[in-house]
Parts: sequence; structure tokens; C-alpha cells
Amino acid sequence: MSSLSIRLTPQTLRTLALGALSLGLYILLFRFEAEVLAFSTGGGTAFIVPIVIAFVFSFVHGAFTSGFWDMLGLKAKTRKEPKRWSK
Amino acid sequence: MEQVTQFITLDPQGIIGLFLVGFVGGLVSGFIGSGGAFVLTPAMMSMGVPGIVAVASNMCHKFPKAMVGAYKRAKFGQVDVKLGLIMGCSAEVGVLVGAQVQQNIKLAFGDVGSSLYVSVVFVVALAIVGTYVLRDAIKIHRAGDTRAEEVAGPLALKVRSINIPGTMVYFKSIDAKVSFLITIPMGFATGMLAATIAVGGFIGVPSMMYVLGVPSLMASATELVIAFVMGLGGSIKFALGGFVDIRLAMIILAGSLFGIQVGAIGTTYVRPYMIKVVMGVIMITVLFSRLFIIPVYMSQLGMIGTLDAGTAAMLKSVSFWIMVAALVLGAGFILRALWSGMREAAQAA
Repeated sequence: MSSLSIRLTPQTLRTLALGALSLGLYILLFRFEAEVLAFSTGGGTAFIVPIVIAFVFSFVHGAFTSGFWDMLGLKAKTRKEPKRWSK
Repeated sequence: MEQVTQFITLDPQGIIGLFLVGFVGGLVSGFIGSGGAFVLTPAMMSMGVPGIVAVASNMCHKFPKAMVGAYKRAKFGQVDVKLGLIMGCSAEVGVLVGAQVQQNIKLAFGDVGSSLYVSVVFVVALAIVGTYVLRDAIKIHRAGDTRAEEVAGPLALKVRSINIPGTMVYFKSIDAKVSFLITIPMGFATGMLAATIAVGGFIGVPSMMYVLGVPSLMASATELVIAFVMGLGGSIKFALGGFVDIRLAMIILAGSLFGIQVGAIGTTYVRPYMIKVVMGVIMITVLFSRLFIIPVYMSQLGMIGTLDAGTAAMLKSVSFWIMVAALVLGAGFILRALWSGMREAAQAA
């Protein structure tokens, strides 16, 4: 890891905001868990509810976790493309 | 639809446990394209979650995790989206057929028969494919050419030479055209395995590597696209029945998205043969875990003498913890390879 020092760059602020948003989503999910479960497990068209929740959480939390490791200095080596095998 | 599903009350211990297993599972998935799911289902069931809810919730964390992992690895240029989508479609059919086969076995032989079937598939599939992958990795290691560029094997070259007019598709991962008819059984088998043991990648990744000649890094990254397609289809199917406990799925997702980022970053530091090492080690270790549980099911079906309750419980426990060990072992290999790769990169800089 290049550095563990965290500076408040725009990227860091974005990550922190995403983290707060992600945490907020989880708090909402568990604050209203009975309602969410009742609404999402009705079967039929209610199938869309867990699918939408999964997509929303993955976008927000996925972007946060990516920024989180980046913020701690764990970055990919290069954006390399693997060499193809010979034909 | 009548509400038939029971949802458990979550305690902090359970939440932390699922988060951690999710993290380790995500780490492994980000690296080899799949894994982790085989521990999560039994882990949830041990918390009192009904089997079908455990499978459904596992599936519902899998597709968003795979999507995030595929996106991350696509940024490294490792994903062949076209191959992933084409194999994903046939894998989806495999999942549906696999689920139906499971259901028929359950109807005919009950829950124990179904569990025995799953365990036997585990052992047979992992013994054949896992041994092959691990032997290949050991061969590369012994030859001392772990840094060498991967070359297509004889099977892949043969497959590439087959020309079926009207079915040939160009795949960027191999820079060659292959008939999509060849990818159908590969995807189908991946889906069948995913429906049976929850980890289709144990067939998907090796088949891409050895049948098509896709480089290890690209095969494991492309598997994430297949997992996304399969997971989304499976989640919709289970959600239509009202079986998804979205709380469980999102707790696992919380941990697995931290892990999948590390696993994906790890692929940029390691030598490609490490994909084979990690996959082979996990497969063979999981295989041993199943060997302990098979006598329990055989005893319950009356195929062998009756085991006393204490022995059966001990064998079940040993089996579960070996599965956990498989995951932890895989994660350990990844982290070690990542650490040494980062040190090498730092020294070279």
C-alpha cells in the first residue's frame, strides 16, 4: 500500500458521502425490516422489490467499497489487459 | 400467493458472522470468479433459516456481487462480455433444468436423497475438475515458468479449428472465432452445477480455460458475467415465490462487496497461474468436506448401517468446518499472493 494517510480530496469526500449513503440505506432496511419483508415476499409482481433493493445497494455500496480500499491505498497495479494466448 | 416462508429474527452474532463469510466469499469470487456460496447456504441454515430461503437469499446477494466484480475487472480489461452473456444464457437453462432435477429427486427420495445427490455431485465434479486444475497448476509451478505467457492447450486449438458455418462468433479473449454451439454445453453444465452446489464457476472457469483457451485471468473475470446472468434469473425465480430474505442477502452483500474489490485488485498483482492454484486448492478441500457428510446421508437412507446421533452430528460439523477452511485457505492464498505481488511491484518501482 502506498500510503495510509488519508487526505480530504474530492475523491475521499465522495467515498465518505457514499459510505454515509450506504449506511443510511442499511439503517432504513433494518428500521423497516418487517414492512420491507412483508412487501418483498408477497410473490408475483412483488418480486421486483428485492431485485431493485439489490441493485440499489450494489451501486451505492459497491462504489463506496471501491473508494474505501482506494482511500486506504490498495490500488490495482495497472489497468493491464492480459496477453491473449496464441492462436 | 400464500405466505409460506418463515423469516428468522437476526441477532448481532449472526449478522457479524454472515458479514465475515460474505467478505471472505467476496474475496475469493473477485479473484477466481466464484466461490463462497457453498459455505453461505449451510451457514444460514445453521442459523435456522429454511433451506429454500437460504438458497434464495444467497442467490440474491450473488448477482449484485458478480455485477460489481465484473465491472471492476472490466476496468482492468479482463472481461469478455460477449462470451459471458452467451454462456450465461445457456447457464440459465442449466440452472432451470438443475433445479427441476433437484425437485424430482426430492420428490422421489426426500430431503436426505436430495442432499446425498448434491454431495455426490460435489465429490464427482470436484474430484475430476479440481484434480485437473490443481495438477496443471503444480505442473506450471514445477516447470518454473510461472511468469511465462499462457499458451492454448491441444483441446483449445482443436476446438478453434472446428468451423460450423453460421454459428461462428468472434471472442476477444482468445482473438479467435469459435462456434457458439460449443459454448452451449459448457454454459449448461455451469448452470447445472450452480443449481446443484451453488458454485457454477468450478466448471465454468476451467471449461473456458481448457476448452476455449481463454487466459486464466479473463476466464475468472468472465465467470462473473455468467454468475450475474444466472444469479439474476435465479433471484427473480425465487422472488416470484416470495422466498428471498432481503435482509440476509444485503448483509452478505455488505461484506462481499468489500471482499470482491480486494480479490479483483489482487488479480492485477499475481501471476495468472495463481487462479488455478486457488481454484484447485478450494475444490479439493471442499471435496474432502463432502466425503465426511456422505456416510450420514447414506445411513439415513438405510444404504449403510445406522450411525448414532453423536457420530452423525460430529461428521456434519467436521464437514461444515472443512468447507469454511477451504474458503479461508483460498482467501489466505489470495492475500499472500497479493502481498508478495505488491512488494515486488514496490521494489520494481
